[in-house]
Amino acid sequence: MIDVRSLVKRYGDTTVLDCPELTIDGAGVTALVGANGAGKSTLLTIAGRLLEPTSGTVLIDGHDVSTAPSRQLAARVAILRQENVLAVRLTVRELVEFGRFPYSQGRLTDEDHHLVDRALMTLDLHEFAPRRLDELSGGQRQRAFIAAVVAQDTDHVLLDEPLNNLDLRHAAQSMAMIRRLADDFGKTVVVVLHDINVAAHHADRIVAMRDGRIVADGTPNEVVVASTMRDVFGLDVEITEHRGRPVVLHFVA
Amino acid sequence: MSADVDALPRAGTFRPSRSIVVNAIIGVCFLLAVTAFMTYDLKGSLSFALELRAKKVVAMTLVGVGLSVATVLFHTVSGNRILTPALMGFDALYILIQTVAAYLFGTFAFLRIDVRIRFVGELAVMMGFALLLNHVFLRRTRGDVVLLMLAGVVMSGMFRALSNLVARLIDPNEFVALQDRLFASFSSVDEQLLLASTVCVALALVVVWRMRYRLDAVALGHEHATSLGVDVDRTTKVAMALVAVLVAVPTALVGAITFLGLLTSNAVYLATRTFRHRYTIPASAIAGATVLIGAQFVIEEFFEFNTRASMVIAFFGGIAFIVLLLKEQRR
Repeated sequence: MIDVRSLVKRYGDTTVLDCPELTIDGAGVTALVGANGAGKSTLLTIAGRLLEPTSGTVLIDGHDVSTAPSRQLAARVAILRQENVLAVRLTVRELVEFGRFPYSQGRLTDEDHHLVDRALMTLDLHEFAPRRLDELSGGQRQRAFIAAVVAQDTDHVLLDEPLNNLDLRHAAQSMAMIRRLADDFGKTVVVVLHDINVAAHHADRIVAMRDGRIVADGTPNEVVVASTMRDVFGLDVEITEHRGRPVVLHFVA
Repeated sequence: MSADVDALPRAGTFRPSRSIVVNAIIGVCFLLAVTAFMTYDLKGSLSFALELRAKKVVAMTLVGVGLSVATVLFHTVSGNRILTPALMGFDALYILIQTVAAYLFGTFAFLRIDVRIRFVGELAVMMGFALLLNHVFLRRTRGDVVLLMLAGVVMSGMFRALSNLVARLIDPNEFVALQDRLFASFSSVDEQLLLASTVCVALALVVVWRMRYRLDAVALGHEHATSLGVDVDRTTKVAMALVAVLVAVPTALVGAITFLGLLTSNAVYLATRTFRHRYTIPASAIAGATVLIGAQFVIEEFFEFNTRASMVIAFFGGIAFIVLLLKEQRR
């Protein structure tokens, strides 16, 4: 369970995040949506303990992310940022092996190797295992990083704009994979998305933000309505429906 | 092709064979260098000559190991492979400490103070500088080589300018005595200091070795390491304190050797093709000792002390530094 309590992040006088309360629990995909600078990534990054809040706390399974031992947290929450540039050269398999670091501290057991194999298999990466990451395409690299998250085997997975720089096919594949993390592995997935339609189609719950605040929270059908969209994106849009999910015709405006 | 790959167990996993071979080769070179240095052209009293040379070998090993391991640590926590502690201002700081102390206490009085006490003082100042460096620059410039290098240039320049200023205030006769202490020389190594240094370096190496896997994770980058459960801030702080110890010992022992760590660490990265500290740290440590002993041997036996090992290493290291810098630009 991810429990956000009166979380505030300020840079100087500018408040970029002001989130009094938010609870995300159980298996499923929660999408954070909003315009640029709405505070989605800030919220996610603080929850992933990569950024210190100005005040307030995020609890993951009751552990305060700013004070709990990092090693303990690493077994509960994995975060994947937008830019996945590594300072060193790794093969796909080496990267996925690092996913086991919280448990093995670098010395992999047979069980670790087994879980690495499983993660590679899950993401259909077995034939890429010996390839170096810098030789892969953006979509394949993204998959390798998701495989590392799968190997880390945490109940909570935080993904910051995982579809950035992916073409249509790879974006669709990635979303299907993210769906599987929730459906097949029972994980609590929180994903920052800038495409409202992707969120509406794949997420179980949408949290919409504007100016650092949460302005709407609910199922796609509850959140993706014309009035809320105007509120969140400052744009009048037509909304239609596809397979029972709302589709925003934002390009029509 | 892909069928063959599938058949390999754990294809793509890290294979240590290359790193092990590199470590073994460097180890053999080290033994050869020590043997050559100890036995070549022995004259006069055998026990006296051997004891003298053994002392030098121990000193050079400490210096080579300290500087090389400090450089690898610094590379990992700063996220670059070009800068070294020396280039960040540690060498200039050493000179400043010596000069200021000589001014405050008088050069001869200062040189009369027990070396071990002087050593502890130097260590404390350098440790303080390392932690300041970590706090002010490393945390903000993570991975930004250019910014970090500018900081190093500015700090080195400032320390040198201050040293020059203070040096002008010192009596010229005393200054000559002081200057002798400022450049690396293995001819006059203090025995008491040698023992204290060995203990310091050994303890530091134990701590480094215990951190080796955590350092691997830190090498991936700050955020990846955090996500994998490494307390990066703490690891960096400890690593920088170790850098201070591992740099302070060689400089206190023999003076400054600017480019040794840069030379050995990059040669080892190139040869082992890995960043894994369980291989790069022993390899660069032994390589550091080997290069020093080898250079000193050549200079003592073939150049008849007409030049200093530290200067030869600075010359080649400087060239290597420029090459690495140009390579980084192209990337």
